[in-house]
Amino acid sequence: MNPMNYIYLSAALFSIGAFGVLFRRNAIVVFMCVELMLNAANLAFVTFARINGTLDGQVVAFFVMVVAAAEVVIGLAIIMSIFATRRSASIDEANLLRS
Amino acid sequence: METITAASGTTSLTWLLIALPLAGAVILLGTGRVTNKWGHLLGVATIAGSFGVAVTLWLSLLAKPSEDRAVRQFLFTWLDLGRFKVDVALQLDQLSMAFVLLITGVGLLIHVYAVGYMKGDDGRRRFFGYLNLFVAAMLLLVLADSYVLLYVGWEGVGLASYLLIGYYQTRDTAGPAAKKAFVVNRVGDIGMSVAIMLMFAAFGTVTFQGVFEAAPGASSAMVNGIGFMLLLAACGKSAQFPLQSWLLDAMEGPTPVSALIHAATMVTAGVYLIARSNPIFDLAPTAQMAVIIVGLITLLAGGIIASAKDDIKKALAGSTMSAIGYMMLAVGLGPTGYVFAIAFLLAHGFFKAGLFLGAGSVMHGMNDQVNMRRFGGLRSVMAITTATFGLGYLAIIGIPPLAGYFTKDLIIESALARSPIIGGLAIIGAGLTAFYMSRIFFMTFIGKKRWTEDVHPHESPWSMTVPMLVLAIGSVASGYLLMRDYTLEKWLEPVTGFVEPETSLSHVVVTSITLTSVAVGIVAAILLYLRRDVPQVAPEKVSFLVVAARKDLFGDAFNEAVFMRPGQWLTRSLVWVDNRVIDGAVNGVAASLGGLSARARRIQTGYTRSYSLVMLSGALLVLVLLAIVGR
Amino acid sequence: MTAYLATGVATVSAGETFAFWVLAILTVGGAIGMLLSRKAVHSALWIALTMVSLAVVYLINAAPFLSMVQIIVYTGAVMMLFLFVLMLIGVDAADSLVETIKGQRLAAVLVGIGFGLLLLAGVGGLTVNEIKGLDAATSQAGGNLEAVAQLIFGRYVLAFEVTSALLITAAVGAIVYTHRERLVGKPTQAMISRARFTSATAPRSPMPAPGVFANHNAVDTPALLPDGSPALDSVPAPFQVEEARTFTTADGRVITAVYPEGDDK
Repeated sequence: MNPMNYIYLSAALFSIGAFGVLFRRNAIVVFMCVELMLNAANLAFVTFARINGTLDGQVVAFFVMVVAAAEVVIGLAIIMSIFATRRSASIDEANLLRS
Repeated sequence: METITAASGTTSLTWLLIALPLAGAVILLGTGRVTNKWGHLLGVATIAGSFGVAVTLWLSLLAKPSEDRAVRQFLFTWLDLGRFKVDVALQLDQLSMAFVLLITGVGLLIHVYAVGYMKGDDGRRRFFGYLNLFVAAMLLLVLADSYVLLYVGWEGVGLASYLLIGYYQTRDTAGPAAKKAFVVNRVGDIGMSVAIMLMFAAFGTVTFQGVFEAAPGASSAMVNGIGFMLLLAACGKSAQFPLQSWLLDAMEGPTPVSALIHAATMVTAGVYLIARSNPIFDLAPTAQMAVIIVGLITLLAGGIIASAKDDIKKALAGSTMSAIGYMMLAVGLGPTGYVFAIAFLLAHGFFKAGLFLGAGSVMHGMNDQVNMRRFGGLRSVMAITTATFGLGYLAIIGIPPLAGYFTKDLIIESALARSPIIGGLAIIGAGLTAFYMSRIFFMTFIGKKRWTEDVHPHESPWSMTVPMLVLAIGSVASGYLLMRDYTLEKWLEPVTGFVEPETSLSHVVVTSITLTSVAVGIVAAILLYLRRDVPQVAPEKVSFLVVAARKDLFGDAFNEAVFMRPGQWLTRSLVWVDNRVIDGAVNGVAASLGGLSARARRIQTGYTRSYSLVMLSGALLVLVLLAIVGR
Repeated sequence: MTAYLATGVATVSAGETFAFWVLAILTVGGAIGMLLSRKAVHSALWIALTMVSLAVVYLINAAPFLSMVQIIVYTGAVMMLFLFVLMLIGVDAADSLVETIKGQRLAAVLVGIGFGLLLLAGVGGLTVNEIKGLDAATSQAGGNLEAVAQLIFGRYVLAFEVTSALLITAAVGAIVYTHRERLVGKPTQAMISRARFTSATAPRSPMPAPGVFANHNAVDTPALLPDGSPALDSVPAPFQVEEARTFTTADGRVITAVYPEGDDK
């Protein structure tokens, strides 16, 4: 098997995640999609690390996970505070930036 | 070229000449109402102090040999720009000394007079502050050792004249008159600044000494160019044709100001400038000829205007134009004329100041009326004024042995030596002078009383009459004292040079012709204004010449048609261009940006998912480009 | 097996190929399941599947350390956090079917498919001549964990330290975001009771208990009113589901309870 299959898998997951971000309206699900995209990127890092014979890709993937954890904490806190004021988790409700 | 030594001993007091009135101006204008009570006395005191210093300096210069009299007092370095350096330094020589004595002497008398004249005016302190500023600026002008420093005084005089002409802020006419004087003077100032720039470009220096030493090496075109520019400057300040229009309107100021402008300061600045720049003009015959022509035109035009004016001050103003025209004519004649120009200027300082103060005294007694048609017969109630005014009148028309005779006749003689046409026109001018001065005198002091009912003429207080008396003495004696035994010629010779005019006609013949012309003028005035009743209202049916003269020979109309209308048109078209083209472009850009933004705003839905869609579309685009480029 | 996992190989064995295809189906299936579930809690469960599968993918892809981190951080911490939040917000929260943005769905489909196809095509353009494998990189340190540790605490130590600052900031930020200042005192039972009795509409009596039927006796079962209709109020709000539910009473009658559709509880 060609290890590029891992990359195809990564691309597929990333596309699904990106599509989900556009498609879903529940803020938490959108967040999950973002996490999926991050995981897809991590998979690509890990695979390229193996192909290139260096561990740097794995280390970067590790840092991505740490940053993703921090991002989830903050993101969910934001969703919570929006929910506390608007009683809605729909991402379309928070459209104060509209012109 | 005379040698100039550094100031020492008595002459190191030169700076005080300017510092005293300047300090007076600063104190009077800076302290506000605190000095209201005694401000005018301070104003007089500073000028008196300045006059004292001037006399002291004069005596110390007299004690020196003729060639060593010029001194230079270095005060401080103003600009130091590599090879170009401008010092603030004062140059006191025979020419400056003559002017300093005139300015401080006549200035002092006018200040004393103004104490009485401005009594009861709320702004007397301010008025004296301006007067002091005027004198200080004029002293700086005549004491400067470089054209740049002269320019400072030049502008200072312009500023002070603006403030003083517009002194009666409550009058509608004063403001425009002040503005007019200022703007017309600006035209002259352009000439001054261009002249300075030319000097800097050609010689690399702007000091009198440096310029005069370098001038012979310059091209004729350059020297003539500088000469013409200096002439333009002189025309502005001295109210010479074609920049004469401000002088008549300048009568809006209080009468002491008119006296100061016409006798001691301001209008003499142009004559001084040309006399001071004599080394340049001696090298520039074309510019010199232009000076003569300007002088001739002005002296005749001034005389014609003065002959038709019913306003006593405006008639006198026309007379000043004419007299300054004589001086310009004289300085245009070169070394034969400089000394006579200065002589006439000094004598004129006395009698013109006396005439203006006399007019002020008349106005003082006549409720500030100026229409001579409502005067007449004032000699019965204003004896001193009549006497001093009469002496000034006799002096200005050149009756021997008064001041005008000694000085003006010499100018006419020099003019005749140059050309019979110039001399002839000058003689006609003398006749005109006699006519309009007689007219003023007869209409004001002699003849029937044509007073309005509410006036009660009375003699002025002593603070006004004493200066008039002193000036009258000067009008009588100054000519003889100056010209006796070549006194002034010898005094000024190191600065301006002197060449005895050579005429084919003898002195006696010239004098006879001139006096004949004067007599014709007087007789004409007697026939018109003594033998006939003077109408109380100016007649409407008059000849074209009178109409023209009443309208200042259409000077204003000419300015309006040639400069103002095209200027307004230019301004309007520029405004149109500004509004439509420039603003249009700016607004158009703004409007199109605004419209674009209004459309682009629709993209801002506020929906996170829309933004994400745009982001992903961008990523898609990048991928497409990569796919295209990468292959 | 352990040695194989720890070092990582330069070639792809048949076993790995088999494992990859199984895991690929699981991950993509989990992702699609997350995408298509209407309820957020179902999405969370689907994506948990994806993440666990990915952890195994890491394992066979010569990254055992990351595999463990994936399990602990993502499946253990992040997904639990998601579930906590979902519980706080409402476990039944579901997207409404009405699309609010005009054309968004079509555009999302087009762009998503286009993006995926282009990405796959782009990756397909790459060819790998040789898999270097991580044997050389890990054997020197004595294993994958040690080698990664050497990198993290060696070359990337600064980034690692900065990460700690990021995590602390995130924690403080989350507290600040979710902290609410209580402006009025917490209502006591007496206050609640008083409010209920002064209200015009609230029932004075206790709420009815959930019902007991022949086939149901759970808390999501409505009680019966004297006229035989279901008492909808007797079911706690989280269990009031939108679809119609049928119950059979002891005497054989069939009761249908229908809750009004619309608002997400």
